[in-house]
Amino acid sequence: MTEERGADPVPASAELDEMVGEFLLESHEGLDRMDHDLLALERDPGSPEAIARIFRVMHTIKGTCGFLGFSKTEAVAHAAESLLGGLRDQEFGVTPQIVSALLSAGDAIRHLLETIGSTGAEGRADNRRVIETLGRLGGRARRPRLQSRRQARSQPAGRAAARKNGSPRTAASARAQAAARDTPAATELLETADDDTESHVATLSLTESAIRVDVGLLDGLMTLVGELVLARNQIMQRTTIQQDPVLSSTAQRLDVITTELQEGIMKTRMQSIGTLWVKYPRVVRDLAIECGKQVRIKTEGEDTELDRSLLEAIRDPLTHLVRNCVDHGIERPPARKKAGKAQEGVVAIRAYHEGGQVVVEVTDDGAGIDPGDVRTKAVESGLISAEAAAQMGDREALNLIFLPGLSTARQITRLSGRGVGMDVVKTNVERVGGNVDVLSRPGEGTTFKIKIPLTLAIIPALLVTAAGERYAIPQVSLLELVRIAPEEVDHAIETIQEAPVYRLRGQLLPLVSLPAELGEADALQRGKRAAREALGVFDSPSSSEETELDAAGPSHPGPATDEPADGAVNIVVLQADDRRFGLMVDGISDSAEIVVKPLGRDLKSIGVFAGATIMGDGRVGLILDVMGLAQRAHVVDQIREHGLIEHAEAVESSGEDTAALLLFSDSTGGRMALALDLVDRLEEFPRDAVERSGPETVIQYRNEILPLVNVTDLLPEYRRKARKKRDDGRPLPDLADDQSTIQVVVHGGEGRRVGVVVERIIDIVESPMDMQPASRPGVFGTLVIHDRVTEVLDLPELLATRERAGAPSEEAGVA
Amino acid sequence: MSAKQLATFYAADRFLGIEVTRVQEVIRYQEITRAPLARGEIRGLINLRGIIVVALDLRRRLGLEDDAEAAPPMNVVVRTDEGLVSFLVDRIGDVLEVDEEQFEEPPETLRGQARELIRGAYKLDGALLLELDTDRALEAAA
Repeated sequence: MTEERGADPVPASAELDEMVGEFLLESHEGLDRMDHDLLALERDPGSPEAIARIFRVMHTIKGTCGFLGFSKTEAVAHAAESLLGGLRDQEFGVTPQIVSALLSAGDAIRHLLETIGSTGAEGRADNRRVIETLGRLGGRARRPRLQSRRQARSQPAGRAAARKNGSPRTAASARAQAAARDTPAATELLETADDDTESHVATLSLTESAIRVDVGLLDGLMTLVGELVLARNQIMQRTTIQQDPVLSSTAQRLDVITTELQEGIMKTRMQSIGTLWVKYPRVVRDLAIECGKQVRIKTEGEDTELDRSLLEAIRDPLTHLVRNCVDHGIERPPARKKAGKAQEGVVAIRAYHEGGQVVVEVTDDGAGIDPGDVRTKAVESGLISAEAAAQMGDREALNLIFLPGLSTARQITRLSGRGVGMDVVKTNVERVGGNVDVLSRPGEGTTFKIKIPLTLAIIPALLVTAAGERYAIPQVSLLELVRIAPEEVDHAIETIQEAPVYRLRGQLLPLVSLPAELGEADALQRGKRAAREALGVFDSPSSSEETELDAAGPSHPGPATDEPADGAVNIVVLQADDRRFGLMVDGISDSAEIVVKPLGRDLKSIGVFAGATIMGDGRVGLILDVMGLAQRAHVVDQIREHGLIEHAEAVESSGEDTAALLLFSDSTGGRMALALDLVDRLEEFPRDAVERSGPETVIQYRNEILPLVNVTDLLPEYRRKARKKRDDGRPLPDLADDQSTIQVVVHGGEGRRVGVVVERIIDIVESPMDMQPASRPGVFGTLVIHDRVTEVLDLPELLATRERAGAPSEEAGVA
Repeated sequence: MSAKQLATFYAADRFLGIEVTRVQEVIRYQEITRAPLARGEIRGLINLRGIIVVALDLRRRLGLEDDAEAAPPMNVVVRTDEGLVSFLVDRIGDVLEVDEEQFEEPPETLRGQARELIRGAYKLDGALLLELDTDRALEAAA
């Protein structure tokens, strides 16, 4: 009890509170770093930097605790420090026991800090065992050496209490230490300052670019900005009525500033997901030891950012999944050996953005889950009927593990090794508008995929219309846009057993009608009926097929409609996992940056909407979930399963001997190819859109000016010819005159794009790279593709050459 | 006995009320963005000063017929645990103070969809005010 009182912090002034708060925050961070370093140390025992860093953390905690009067924490930190001192001075080596003891010292301190955080005092925690272990490890290992002299040298005189504490056996020593606290604390603090000059400097430079802000303050700002937005909207409404030019221009400014402020505040709330993962190596290690397994953790995409509140929401589910993978997923070393796997299992965590959502995958390479077993168990526990189980696909069956009844059932845990608390994971993730999915292959491993909306995120999107409503499609899923002219609709869209397809550069692209998928066929009956009658392409009268041609209606003879479309079909080519499909929409209106807002459960559960947004005119627009839409339209079926696991395999197995190439022809009909990774996008522009900007031929493209260069201009021996032909001054003259559009291969990233004009894009092929050596500069070599000799261009080199030659100015002289 | 206040409105000819504390605000007709594939009662989404709110058609919720002739619906925006939801109603009434003595449970003969949504009736002079169970009525939305 004496100790208890002694531990109470001195007068609770605001200043001191603040100091304690800062100390807690810093210590927590320090401890997290320490965990990390300790694990690194376990792998690489000889790292003096790691030891020094850990030592410093403990030292700082000890010093500050002494100053603030948290004697229990100080005692633990001191014991750990002494042990670390031994390590640092290489009196003994790092052993797993030492690492474990230090980790538990960290835990004990964390616990104390938490108590301090909530109550202001250290509480009644008893850390004698931890201190004893630390002392024993330090002491025993030290015994062979000259213990007393060592200690005398390493510790300043007058720190009797502290020294005693290095091997405390009794409560008396702790009391004595508490009593003698005043003196050593002061000395130590000086020492701390001394010792840490180095880290202090580092902290300083960090302070210049980043500051620590209280989350409550940010949340407060967020709310205020919300209010400001409301006020802004009201003013904007008034302005339109008042028609006062000064007021309206001021309102405009207010509008812009408010929007920017709102976005800025939102950004401050974004945190990288890696902050959640810091603890996982430790979690995995401890659990693996407990289960007698060898497990390594691999992380990818730590920088993926999402809103704090979401981060908090997935903290527990994610930890649960990671634990689950170690606990149940990964087999014991003997079993793994038998299965021909490495003894050490791997748990991989990966985060990335996909379709306006953040995806977090937790994958293990363990035994996997047998869907058959899950089915059996689900039937046995009476969750589903035998018939239902039999009809269920493997994927669906696997997802049964998220059912509450199954997850708590012990049998399933024993049997397939999964399922404890999975329903909780699912509930938690769904609460924030996300979803969880499980993919597994018996014997190969299991992947859990959590998808969470970026609630406050701003994403680029393409706005399209379907059945009179606007929808936003996240740009990430967007590959290209295809417009089929009215007169070509008939033969351009073909069918395979009533399923419409389009030949996109020789490959069949399955087509899906957005209005039909959204069940909006009714609104479009008139237009569609006309189309069907006129074309007779689709025999089936069922609504989902007939909509495919809704936009084609007006251009064909038949009843007049008020459809705004001019009869052309707009296809948005989308990527859903590894599958491509074309989404037919009524119109493509614009691309815009949209603020993603979450949807309620009811709308979310439909599965085709990822969120909603507010459009420029103030109306609400729904954001399409491309993946969900593809599933609904049966474009993606089971492929999501192999998507994950096979992707990894493909990356590993595909050697460097094949490469994806874009095949095209130049204006002379010669075949050329370009490595696909040099291609950013493929575009088709109307010829009229080509403009001249000084010496350059350019086109407006996604709010930037895209310089165009004809592929033949790039090749030296063509250049002279081309220049002659350019005498007529028309841009890109050596394209066939009858073409109304130009095909452009967009190369390079944001801001530094170049459009390479080609005659025709032929195909994308995966070709073995057994090249004949290059015949001319700027060409990697030649290949035989589709029985034709094809030159593989070195585009960066060609562009560089062009730049060096000052091509634009030279051309200017001619043009 | 503290008197209870109900915000009242009409759906078709029904005179309905919900606890005034649940109501955030009442606004005139807002443009609704249809939500395809959603349940029938969900008419779509409206933009309430930057907040996206589900619009729930109270007529449909109560199993009443749509009225093509009706004026654009008004919004009664209520607070729920999961955000705001707007009830689309035909006409807005006053906020009325009701007395528990006037209250009576719905008769057994009240059936259909409406049964579970109506808590009971307040016998006012010249009218019966039906109190809506807000949470039940919201169940479809959220």
